Amino acid sequence: MTTKKKEQAKVVSQEQLADGIFSMWIQTEAAGSARPGQFISMYTNDGSKLLPRPISICEIDKEGGKLRVVYRVTGEKTGTEEFSQMKAGDTIPVIGPLGNGFPFEKAEGKKVFLMGGGIGVPPILELAKQMECEKKQIVVGYRDAHTFLKEEFEQAGELYISTEDGSVGTKGNVMDAIRENALEADMIYACGPTPMLRAIKQYAEANGIECYISLEERMACGIGACLACVCKSKEKDAHSNVHNKRICKDGPVFLSTEVEI
Amino acid sequence: MDMRVNIAGVEWKNPVTVASGTFGSGEEFSEFVDLNKLGAVTTKGVANVPWPGNPTPRVAEVYGGMMNAIGLQNPGIDLFCKRDIPYLKNYDTRIIVNVCGHAPEEYLEVVERLADEPIDMMEINISCPNVNAGFLAFGQDAKHVEELTGQIKKIAKQPIIMKLTPNVTDITEIAKAAEAGGADAVSLINTLTGMKIDINRKTFAVANKTGGVSGPIVKPIAVRMVYQVAQAVNIPIIGMGGISCAEDAIEFLLAGASAVSVGTANFHNPAVTMEVIDGIEAYMKKNGFESVKDMVGIVK
Repeated sequence: MTTKKKEQAKVVSQEQLADGIFSMWIQTEAAGSARPGQFISMYTNDGSKLLPRPISICEIDKEGGKLRVVYRVTGEKTGTEEFSQMKAGDTIPVIGPLGNGFPFEKAEGKKVFLMGGGIGVPPILELAKQMECEKKQIVVGYRDAHTFLKEEFEQAGELYISTEDGSVGTKGNVMDAIRENALEADMIYACGPTPMLRAIKQYAEANGIECYISLEERMACGIGACLACVCKSKEKDAHSNVHNKRICKDGPVFLSTEVEI
Repeated sequence: MDMRVNIAGVEWKNPVTVASGTFGSGEEFSEFVDLNKLGAVTTKGVANVPWPGNPTPRVAEVYGGMMNAIGLQNPGIDLFCKRDIPYLKNYDTRIIVNVCGHAPEEYLEVVERLADEPIDMMEINISCPNVNAGFLAFGQDAKHVEELTGQIKKIAKQPIIMKLTPNVTDITEIAKAAEAGGADAVSLINTLTGMKIDINRKTFAVANKTGGVSGPIVKPIAVRMVYQVAQAVNIPIIGMGGISCAEDAIEFLLAGASAVSVGTANFHNPAVTMEVIDGIEAYMKKNGFESVKDMVGIVK
């Protein structure tokens, strides 16, 4: 059954949140079924750039049929730079929602860490909004005082911030923030750069905490066919028949013990 | 309008298939396209045993195209026969299984295993630039190509398509060798070996250092090679290399391809094959072609 398609989404609004960080709301059919932790493939209108840019979903407005993406412009003349110049009313080709998303329902009755680092921070927002749990501890790490989405996070739970330069919150990374504030959890959800996820995975496994991490890798198709964006799996994967899982299709969110990073 | 084509005795409902490796075994794309409408589905390469593929990053974007070094990750022929072939049998389309290996024995093992499976054709990948063991050298040497084609033909029960690499001095020599070995058809071009340096990370953009370049950027080279091979052999050609719309596909047909494969464009638009098929039909109507066959190789 053909149920999905590349769609011309409409840009509703665009604003710059910090140096190189942009926020865009788009009107899209993808909003209807989107879950926190899923992503959309965004395509440029530049014919020399063929591959989709996988961008995580930051907020979902199901009723309004809108999605918010918060993304980093990766350089001059890049696809993300093109996105950042779009204005309300422009159209942008997208496919989504893609991937599996965070299993946030499992957090019910739990003390939870919701952890994000760098450009892995945005998907934590919708996760925090939808999650119902006993204790919602949001721990997000930034490079410097450009703590984008801070106000929204303050509305969504207990917020702890770390910055690499120490300008806001704990100086260091998200793990430092946990230690400094003596935080505890029995469930973790995280998205961010690989070194951060590696540290969280290690911490979770050393303390016997159930932990879900959202991984990232260079993608081509975004729908599970090309096998570009694989990660190592602990056990032999049933689909690939080797120790590889597809981040776009089997992920991007994995139980930390399933994967090796 | 007669869209049917006949490739080595196998009738396709239209001349459009997909390039191996860009479409999996069709399942993921079935959410975007009606597989029944394709002339054929060409599967991702399958080997005698599961292959884990290369380290990541496996892909990089280049101007007007992409570079990949997936390394032929595949689940192996046993799971493929149990899962992927039955899946494709649910659809009314031709099934072309792409076969890969490191050495002749490995190819022959897969071909033998497929002999009694309900598939329509086999495409032999003697040209992937992304795996070790002197594998590419194989498809670059006319004598080896003729020999392997001959060995495969002895045990295969389905028509054999030899998929050729463009990374050679004269592709017609390799095409002629495949024909001499008994190939029923040839497909071309596979990807062109390339390299991209990530100047921020100061290393190679793909972990394999080199990768296969594909997409619109390679199309003029592919059209030229299809034209040359069409003048050199009498077996049908499946043309590919950067096809992303009907106009591109028509170029290949006019240059001498009897059918075409859409590859990288599937990543840009998962439903592009449907547009290519409809566009070829519209072109035929506009230009007074009764049958696709009447278009093949008319530009001399």
